[in-house]
Amino acid sequence: MAEVLVVTSGKGGVGKTTSTAALGAALAQTGQNVVVIDFDVGLRNLDLVMGAERRVVYDLINVVQGDANLNQALIKDKRVDTLSLLPASQTRDKDALTAEGVERVINELKGRFDWIICDSPAGIERGAYFAMRHADLAVIVTNPEVSSVRDSDRIIGLLDSKTEKAERGEHMEKLLLLTRYDPIRAERGDMLKVDDVLEILSIPLLGIIPESPEVLKASNLGSPVTLSNPISAPARAYADAARRLRGETIEMTVPSERKRFLGGLFGRRAA
Amino acid sequence: MSVLKFFSRRTSAPAARERLQLLLAHERAVFGRTDLVAQLKDEILAVIAKHISIDPEKVRITTDTRDTLATLEVDIEIRTPNGGLKMAS
Repeated sequence: MAEVLVVTSGKGGVGKTTSTAALGAALAQTGQNVVVIDFDVGLRNLDLVMGAERRVVYDLINVVQGDANLNQALIKDKRVDTLSLLPASQTRDKDALTAEGVERVINELKGRFDWIICDSPAGIERGAYFAMRHADLAVIVTNPEVSSVRDSDRIIGLLDSKTEKAERGEHMEKLLLLTRYDPIRAERGDMLKVDDVLEILSIPLLGIIPESPEVLKASNLGSPVTLSNPISAPARAYADAARRLRGETIEMTVPSERKRFLGGLFGRRAA
Repeated sequence: MSVLKFFSRRTSAPAARERLQLLLAHERAVFGRTDLVAQLKDEILAVIAKHISIDPEKVRITTDTRDTLATLEVDIEIRTPNGGLKMAS
């Protein structure tokens, strides 16, 4: 049975697309069939972060409107063969999405994949609504920062009222993914701690992704961080989160960079 | 003064935490309780289960808002010896 997951946050720039790519790749590496869908119509970026920007021919809007079929629009990842991307349109606007069209596409994907990961646009408008509409569970990407936490709280409210699952009176599972976390600043008292955010939002924790230059390097290269540098701290944090999504119990830690002596001496390469 | 300031350095995270807690308490009241339906379901089930045998799987609670009218629909299937009696309220 396919699991539909929405990666959402309300606020922009907190790491939704980065997290969608990293979690999608990590899940696919465990042998699961994964499709990541970009719902940010007009401002697509998941293709770029995944390094598939030059392979986009058809997109979600083409499939929703029946101008292309899924086989034509799905882009298979070149590094992990169980990972696919359904890009958003760059030229159309978000009004080109229809409720019926999105539902049909999601249902069709359910027959082909184990995980359907919907990368939500920022904000609380149409695109965000369509991305969360059919979700079985939600990953709320939050930075330890007041405006991000506030927007996450708002999104949690929408997930509990506007999704199909909520309308059926079922519990919508929501998991917190805390990104750009700096344990040293949190310990010093200059950043909200994990427990502060958990207490305020009161949803279970999926993972803590440490602030790291590896995330920018990965997007420079067009590769999910879990593939570009699997031993880096954020990659290990995402890999743990992906295993938790699969139901494994893994101790919650904030990974830190391992100091590699030789790597430090000779391994510096420009990204 | 600067020495005093050094020792009494206030951290900013507690302020963030307090401001958020105050603000969100207010905003949740304005935008409505987030998991109202799920909570209603649990509480309604608990009350009914005290008196009648019900299958938690066979309970549907939905809310709907049309123009100025908001509805709450509760649909509960009750276990009977012959099975199948359905009661809606």
